[in-house]
Amino acid sequence: MILKLLENKRLTIGLLVVFMLIYPFLVGNSNYFMTLFVITCIYAITSMSLNLLIGYGGQISVGHAGFLTVGGYSVAILSSTVGLPFFLALPLAGIMTGSIGLLIGLPAVRLKGHFLAVATLGFGLSIPQIVLNWDGLTGGYSGLAVTKPLMFGSDFSLFYVFVVITVIITWLIQNIVKSSLGRAFIAIRDSEVAAQAIGINISFYKTTMFVISSFFTGIAGGIYGYWVGFVSPNDFIITNSFLVLAMIVVGGLASIPGSIIGAVLFSVIPHFTDSYIGITNIVIGIAVVLIILFKPDGIVSLFKMNKQKLVKPAGKGELLVQGGEKENANI
Amino acid sequence: MLTFNDITVQFGGLTAVNSLSFEVPKGQIYSIIGPNGAGKTTVFNCISRFYTPSKGSILFNGEDLIKYKPHQIINKGIARSFQNVELFTKMTVMENLLTGLHPLLKKNIFPIALNLPSVKRMEKDARDQAYEVMDLLNITDLANEKVSNLSFGFQKMVDIGRAMIVNPQLILLDEPVAGMNPIETEKISELILRLKNELGYTVLLIEHDMSLVMKVSDAVTVMNFGKKISEGTPAEVQNDPVVIEAYLGEVETHVAAK
Ligand SMILES: Nc1ncnc2c1ncn2[C@@H]1O[C@H](COP(=O)(O)OP(=O)(O)O)[C@@H](O)[C@H]1O
Ligand SMILES: [Mg+2]
Repeated sequence: MILKLLENKRLTIGLLVVFMLIYPFLVGNSNYFMTLFVITCIYAITSMSLNLLIGYGGQISVGHAGFLTVGGYSVAILSSTVGLPFFLALPLAGIMTGSIGLLIGLPAVRLKGHFLAVATLGFGLSIPQIVLNWDGLTGGYSGLAVTKPLMFGSDFSLFYVFVVITVIITWLIQNIVKSSLGRAFIAIRDSEVAAQAIGINISFYKTTMFVISSFFTGIAGGIYGYWVGFVSPNDFIITNSFLVLAMIVVGGLASIPGSIIGAVLFSVIPHFTDSYIGITNIVIGIAVVLIILFKPDGIVSLFKMNKQKLVKPAGKGELLVQGGEKENANI
Repeated sequence: MLTFNDITVQFGGLTAVNSLSFEVPKGQIYSIIGPNGAGKTTVFNCISRFYTPSKGSILFNGEDLIKYKPHQIINKGIARSFQNVELFTKMTVMENLLTGLHPLLKKNIFPIALNLPSVKRMEKDARDQAYEVMDLLNITDLANEKVSNLSFGFQKMVDIGRAMIVNPQLILLDEPVAGMNPIETEKISELILRLKNELGYTVLLIEHDMSLVMKVSDAVTVMNFGKKISEGTPAEVQNDPVVIEAYLGEVETHVAAK
């Protein structure tokens, strides 16, 4: 039974990879559809990063658009102003954004719930203002051009580079959340008292979460900069922060597949709704409300339920709740 | 091994623990009993460093614990379980135990993110260790069950298991059999004796179940209103008139309340 599931999982991943590889051919190399795909990748990375923080670690952030902006401007400055090559500039953008995440994370770990939400909201709101006003570095209103990598002359090859990077980042984040590190994050979310009692340094790991989350979001912002070839102050604003939040809530908190499902859904919806002004936000709003009401564990829980039915014989759950009696019967 | 020197803990005007001194010798099962609200859990919370006493010192192997933060206590060799169960509710039994291994596992992000063979090996060893603890507690078949689906009795066992898995020198058990049926209670009392006899742990036990305390304890301290009112072997405290009076008092207030 378990083997069958594993096969299915492999099959799903295999199909996804094949789809990504043939996608440019499917859409006839259309710039619009390739951009739609890359934007989806950017949101997938961002929503996984945010889910690591919120879904796994229990630390809210409504300011992730700020990290996307920092990532985008980092590659712009590093590639155009400094003249660094792609393979240095992109990871450096992650490191620079991660450093900002550290600066945010250090004081933020002392804040809880609403206060942390407000603090990160403030960060997300202030980044576009800082970018606007620091025009010596950022070009202010007019934005900055990003020097596209010479190695990948066409958007066609750049597309594949970004697909590969997205797949690698998905794998890295998956490894992290499944590890002792990920368990420490979840422990902090579920019980800070118990987490401390078993030796988890709460403020250290909360800060670590912020750094990891902002590092990968910075890479996503960098991918955006390289793909579009241009960054400006209002590329990622507060509505984008809320959009990513909606992605993980709808897709599924504390779930990597859930993050990706949410990202795909909310990147593709505007494609169908953009011709009707204002309808996109309404559709997204309705989706969030419906999910919270009827499937609080997100769309991904639909799949998980099937899985549980396969693995668990029916009725076992009931037995467990009355564990005491079951024990009696055993002895 | 563990020494309380004149510890006082205050919450606003309330003195929860009042000039308490006692000593837990290595390799013994030492029990603290007393009516509800006597300050027993507060004693544990001082050792865990969640509370800081306003007076006194807590020595563990000769070192004062007051200078440490809560997350550093486990590295000194002290683990604990909780009166009302503090599990990671969305995790499975296995994951809860693995999380208990936190102090012993490497947490370096780079090998973890790349899932290097060393990390895989460490993870496998950790799982083997978790299975050993589950075997000891007889809960192996629940390994992949979410702890929120378990009965309170089983949750208490997982809570104890999570404390045991790091092989502490001293284990603090806060009312381990509260909410358990007689058969589960019997199993836990056997487990506590095994912790001492086979694994060489020192056990500091808070418990209301008198038959359990009398059966397993080497020494007992009785608290009331934050103070130590009696101390000695189980038989000694059982026959101490002061103790009988304290417990009678509790019964009377219960009757009066109804
Ligand atoms: N964090 C706290 N804040 C205020 N009062 C507390 C706190 N913790 C314990 N107390 C009080 O201290 C007293 C002793 O509590 P506790 O140690 O839990 O008793 P026991 O475990 O013996 O039943 C009680 O009166 C309780 O209300
Ligand atoms: Mg208590």
